[in-house]
Amino acid sequence: MIDRSTPALGDLFQDIILEHYKRPRNQGVPEKSTVHVHMNNPTCGDEVHLYLLVADGVVRDVGFEGEGCSISQASISMMTQLLKDQPVEQGLELAERFKEMMRGDADAARDKGLRDARALAGVSRFPTRVKCALLGWDAFEKAVEEAGQGSDAER
Amino acid sequence: MSEIRAGKIEGDHPAGQTTVPTAHRGGGLDGASVRARFPLLQPDGAGARIIYLDSAATAQRPDVVLEAVAKFYRTENANVHRGIYDLSRRATERYEGARAALARFIKAPDKEELVWTRGTTEAINLVAATWGQENLGPGDEILLTTLEHHSNIVPWQLLARRVAARIRYVDIDEEGRLRLEQYDELLSERTRIVALGHVSNALGTINPVAEVIERARQVGARVLVDGAQAAPHLPIDVQSLGCDFYAISGHKMCGPMGIGALWARRELLEEMPPYQGGGEMIETVLPDESTWAPVPHKFEAGTPNVAGAVGMAAAAAFLESLGRDQVRAHELDLVEYGMDRLDRVEGLRLFGPRDPADRIAVFSFSMEGIHPHDVATILDAENIAVRAGHHCTQPLMRRLAVPATTRASCYVYNTREDLDRLVEGLDRARQIFS
Repeated sequence: MIDRSTPALGDLFQDIILEHYKRPRNQGVPEKSTVHVHMNNPTCGDEVHLYLLVADGVVRDVGFEGEGCSISQASISMMTQLLKDQPVEQGLELAERFKEMMRGDADAARDKGLRDARALAGVSRFPTRVKCALLGWDAFEKAVEEAGQGSDAER
Repeated sequence: MSEIRAGKIEGDHPAGQTTVPTAHRGGGLDGASVRARFPLLQPDGAGARIIYLDSAATAQRPDVVLEAVAKFYRTENANVHRGIYDLSRRATERYEGARAALARFIKAPDKEELVWTRGTTEAINLVAATWGQENLGPGDEILLTTLEHHSNIVPWQLLARRVAARIRYVDIDEEGRLRLEQYDELLSERTRIVALGHVSNALGTINPVAEVIERARQVGARVLVDGAQAAPHLPIDVQSLGCDFYAISGHKMCGPMGIGALWARRELLEEMPPYQGGGEMIETVLPDESTWAPVPHKFEAGTPNVAGAVGMAAAAAFLESLGRDQVRAHELDLVEYGMDRLDRVEGLRLFGPRDPADRIAVFSFSMEGIHPHDVATILDAENIAVRAGHHCTQPLMRRLAVPATTRASCYVYNTREDLDRLVEGLDRARQIFS
């Protein structure tokens, strides 16, 4: 018997998600950056180059270049909006919150701090697509880790 | 085991479809009647059925295969080539009988030239690790093609690193066909082996393997053919092809997973060292050295997948009961119908050869502005299963300059109606992303 309890596509492909996909925010390489990470998802080929300009523990600028599905690219675009001008620590807390939302946490999905990214709450009901939504946030965490290892020099 | 019914041989199609005159003889199969033999493809309680279009990844299994595997475990299970008792003798008979059946399936002259493996991947690894290790050295060349599946690339890379050999690739043209004039340029006395897929898993291209083999012969190169995607769809004759190695997988041709076979010429198998050591593959074991069992057992260390072999033979018998030419004719009809329907979908780019004679019913495409994963998710909501991704062919994806494609692949149980449903699903994807 085939389980046809698949949630409605409308949960997944919301207008705001498609809008970010078609017109990504903060796309491109910023003039100055202190850290650059590349991450990809080998099973599907989604990828992102994420650039951060971090000074005094604050994300002063952020940009990305990416290739992939609507969920991965919209999620990255939404994330960059959230990170800009935020303390790195705050960014890491948002990353945690976003992951909680991907695990189906209803409180996280109502957290206004996640702004546009709350539209991705429905992705948690499509288990094969959760990794798409997490790609950008994983890249951010990796970038913070690398920045912490003393690669502060401007590039 | 229920009797294997012969496939219905007629040219009609589900109600509401226009039947176009088909040029091929025989007209093919009735996909809906064939589908009735596949438990997983039956409608659920609500009357919904899956439109399974991912047979290039793995086929579904008909009742006769499921029953053959169950019957083996219920009534014939014992280890093979060991026991004196009657049950073991019967299991051995079934196992060796399956070997003979698969040898006939690919028209191998001698059943002892057929080595059981876990599948095509293991068969290619076996050849690279044994024949390759013995016969290749620094500067020797391994010739592959841009169309290859990773399983016909990576084993050769591992070998090339060990023996300092070089890998070269035959490129494809814009329709995904091998550029034979470039192949001629790459072939030289340094070429020790040419390894290529009979049919491309990603594009469905049927390669001109007989021609490739003939040209390789002229420079003394051996040829390995990856038959994973060909054996399910085309009649195979390894003798008339003239290749040296031919590899197949059970699960692509309605058989169980975890079983496959390597065919090789006896003289090559005799020369090749063993692949893995263990029981079954030895003649005499002394404290410091051993001697090997005769071919093909020399390559079959450990307790084999006997039920898998029995199931794969049942799958071969099933395909033969449908008629191998009928299977091809049925799929050719789906190729023509599918290409026509997909060509009319706005923003869709279909990859692969334009001549239906050059392809099996695999449709690999991209849609403008919609990523393959989004296409696949939208189709899944309509209960249509397709593959989205690189199809284990990353060099080919780079050559086509796409990150991934959506692939709909058909088999004996698919119908024109399935392709209509696919096209409706694609229209829905276009609406969502418009």
